[in-house]
Amino acid sequence: MEKIFSHPYIPNANILNEMLKEVEINSIDELFSDIERREFEILLNDEPMDELSVYREVKSMLSKNKIMKCFMGGGPWFHFVPSIIKHIITRGEFLTSYTPYQPEISQGVLQALFEFQSMICELYNMDVANASLYDLPTAIGEAALLAYRVTGRSEFLIPSSIPNDRKSIIRNYIEPIGMKIIEMPFLEDGCPNLELINNRAAGVYVETPTFFGTVETRLKEIVEIAHDMGALAIVGADPLAMGIFKPPGDYGVDIVVGDGQPLGIPPAMGGNSLGLMACKNDLKIIRQMPGRIVGLTITKDRRNRGFVLALSTREQHIRREKATSNICTNEALLAIAAAIYMAVMGREGIRRVAKKILHNTQYAIKRLEEMGVERAFKGIHFRDFAVKIDVKKVNMALEKRGIIGAREISRNIGLFAVTEVHTKEDIDEFVEIVGGALK
Amino acid sequence: MKQAFFSEPLIFELGGRGRIGELIEDVKVEIPKELMREELNLPELSQIEVVRHFTRLSQMNWGVDLGPYPLGSCTMKYNPRINEDLAWLDEVQWLHPLQNEVQGILELMYKLEKILASITGMDRFTFQPAAGASGELTGCLIIRKYHKDRGENRDEIIVPDSAHGTNPASAAMAGFKIIEVRTNEEGQIDIEELKSAVGNRTAGLMMTNPNTLGIFEKQAKEISEIIHDAGGLMYYDGANLQGIIGFARPGDFGFDIVHLNLHKTFSTPHGGGGPGSGPVGVKKFLEEYLPIPIVDFNGEKYYLKWDLKKTIGKIKDWYGNIPVLVRAYAYLLSMGKEGLKLSCKAAVVNTNYFMKKVSKIKGITIPFGNSYRKHEVVISVENMAKETGVTAMDVAKALLDRGLHAPTIYFPLIVKEALMFEFTDTETKENIDKYIEALKEISELAYSNPELIKNAPINTSVSRLDEVYANHPKTMCLSYRMLKYKQ
Repeated sequence: MEKIFSHPYIPNANILNEMLKEVEINSIDELFSDIERREFEILLNDEPMDELSVYREVKSMLSKNKIMKCFMGGGPWFHFVPSIIKHIITRGEFLTSYTPYQPEISQGVLQALFEFQSMICELYNMDVANASLYDLPTAIGEAALLAYRVTGRSEFLIPSSIPNDRKSIIRNYIEPIGMKIIEMPFLEDGCPNLELINNRAAGVYVETPTFFGTVETRLKEIVEIAHDMGALAIVGADPLAMGIFKPPGDYGVDIVVGDGQPLGIPPAMGGNSLGLMACKNDLKIIRQMPGRIVGLTITKDRRNRGFVLALSTREQHIRREKATSNICTNEALLAIAAAIYMAVMGREGIRRVAKKILHNTQYAIKRLEEMGVERAFKGIHFRDFAVKIDVKKVNMALEKRGIIGAREISRNIGLFAVTEVHTKEDIDEFVEIVGGALK
Repeated sequence: MKQAFFSEPLIFELGGRGRIGELIEDVKVEIPKELMREELNLPELSQIEVVRHFTRLSQMNWGVDLGPYPLGSCTMKYNPRINEDLAWLDEVQWLHPLQNEVQGILELMYKLEKILASITGMDRFTFQPAAGASGELTGCLIIRKYHKDRGENRDEIIVPDSAHGTNPASAAMAGFKIIEVRTNEEGQIDIEELKSAVGNRTAGLMMTNPNTLGIFEKQAKEISEIIHDAGGLMYYDGANLQGIIGFARPGDFGFDIVHLNLHKTFSTPHGGGGPGSGPVGVKKFLEEYLPIPIVDFNGEKYYLKWDLKKTIGKIKDWYGNIPVLVRAYAYLLSMGKEGLKLSCKAAVVNTNYFMKKVSKIKGITIPFGNSYRKHEVVISVENMAKETGVTAMDVAKALLDRGLHAPTIYFPLIVKEALMFEFTDTETKENIDKYIEALKEISELAYSNPELIKNAPINTSVSRLDEVYANHPKTMCLSYRMLKYKQ
């Protein structure tokens, strides 16, 4: 007799043989007779571990991680996460569902994602958003591919300020099909020099704020130049900055992408990412969008409003190698988290958070300057700011006090960030440590 | 059953002027007027309204927690809550990717990698890919760079016609031309056709095994030899690993690269469509091609290793969807070796039990012969559709009415009127019996009173939705502001 044992996750464990008997199959082995048996060792205990032991073991392993205060710039950031988000997104109805292929029984996820798309559109002043991509750099890559399909051109301009890791991701998305990156060097305010924009460009990509935290003030001009050259204007915009700064949609930008992590999502070592993408109500572009898009519709009996996955003929399960992207599983639950964030913060909350971040940024810069620490870039900063410091020295001093320090731009330039979670005391302490380290 | 229905307004239609959901200090700041935003049209709600709105929405949604969810190739198994508790610890959620003192998470990644390597027969893994398709792209980029480095110009990827749509889509993104090979009468790759498809332009073959018909490709080893002899690499799509986990390893039948779906085989929740995780494993000779960084151990400390000489670079920001890795690791401890094997057996027994029983139902056939299936099975209602007008779509909707989530429909594309069932190892016999009974009843109705099926569903939150309305340029509405323009 084969040993059969029970497991809490496997309800039929004890009746497998009976089930087979009922359908006249002789044994479990028979079901695997087409597989050539070969011995191999799985690196696990033989026996299952009970729940309490699993908790103890994993928890004790994870307790070797240290929770620290964060002043590092460049993302992911430590923002405020409203308590209700976790409570709602861990509800089994959301957590344990999948892509809503059967819309009639999945209206909850569909409406939540429609609202996510709608609120992203409001933040950016755009008309259509998709239901999420993996993260910002993959969204930039997808935007470049979209621009290629729309314009038939193969050059894609990006600011050279984008960190190398992200450039590598963008290259991996666009070089195989024959596109190439052209880097626009940055000026003294950290924003790109626009001289390289030419009529071979499929798209011109700029960011606001830039990776260095400086706000791009020339969006109107950039859109005009890009359009004059026949290229799409693509902007990477921080969603929280939209609480106070004019959104890209005001300037006629074609595509907006963004990092959705600031919208109520903990950093998780960079492992809770959310890529945003939005465009104007232009069918030429909408039809080329990557990823799921939820649309509003009506029931066939015309009694109720409802939601479905729209324009699915763009997608891989139907269009295969001609699809607008290979993306299938996305970051839906984190998109719902962002939707809850935008709803609970609301019009006033997002404005206030943006103001608080700007205020804290200006305060931190002012205090550092009083200590003799110089900014690396001119212009208005939002959340992130680069300063001229001995990065190694400063970071060691900060780490000693349980603070995650600067992201290294170079040995002598470090990128910091302050958000709405930092109190005046936090910032004062931070400034003292940085100042002290440089004495 | 009757699913909850609230005539729930859009979030924009709720709330009232001046309401707030969180207290945030209102500070004064100054920026140039021309940069200042004037209008921000987000809703204004108190906290209770937000909680009620999303709770009501959740109640209009099906999940594994409510009942069976047998989407084929999706492995919608139970998502253990202990794994959630661990994934939501501050020691996971509040880490920065560039901070020091993350030995715990690095140790977890290192150990998880070792376990996955032993399950698949591969040597090294990256956790960077965010989902299965992201893993496929990673694999295809590795194949591309491998040939390029050897000075070979190979631009064709072979994909069976039964493959998931992501396979050809990912290969195309990696710059390859797709060569499709047919499935033979036994539901396996047609070897003769494959032989004529390979050549000196073959970069590799992407294969799912068991395939999307739930059939184990017995000739995988022979196929590997054909591809390797032609100079190509073998890619394993791990979407269906559930069908062989603990019994066979892709690394042992010739695969050079695999991706796994932690949100399928390894029980992490699908979250309404993500986040998932699509780790990619390779054989030793491809280790240097993996995305950077990978996790290593120097006998004392775990660390991120960045110096891989032939690396393809990066495929996603940072190191992957970290909380998903925590869940998968906890799951593996909960299962142990014997538990994993049992999960495979249970999934396979459930499938064959179901297949044998439904094959007797009028109007239902099992395409590609009656050989045993592994973790999933595709049935066809082509006859039913011809004889009664009741299609796979109608059957799916009628299942919803009976409190049973529908399987994947119209996939794989090689089966007409396809319904693709995967019950997984965590489903009960009672629920599988309910599907069998429901399909019998639906068949009877189809042949006696098809209109009753055509009108399904009536017990879900809303009745059948108009897809044409959703996609027609005149009525298409993809956001609240598009709705307002139309009004």
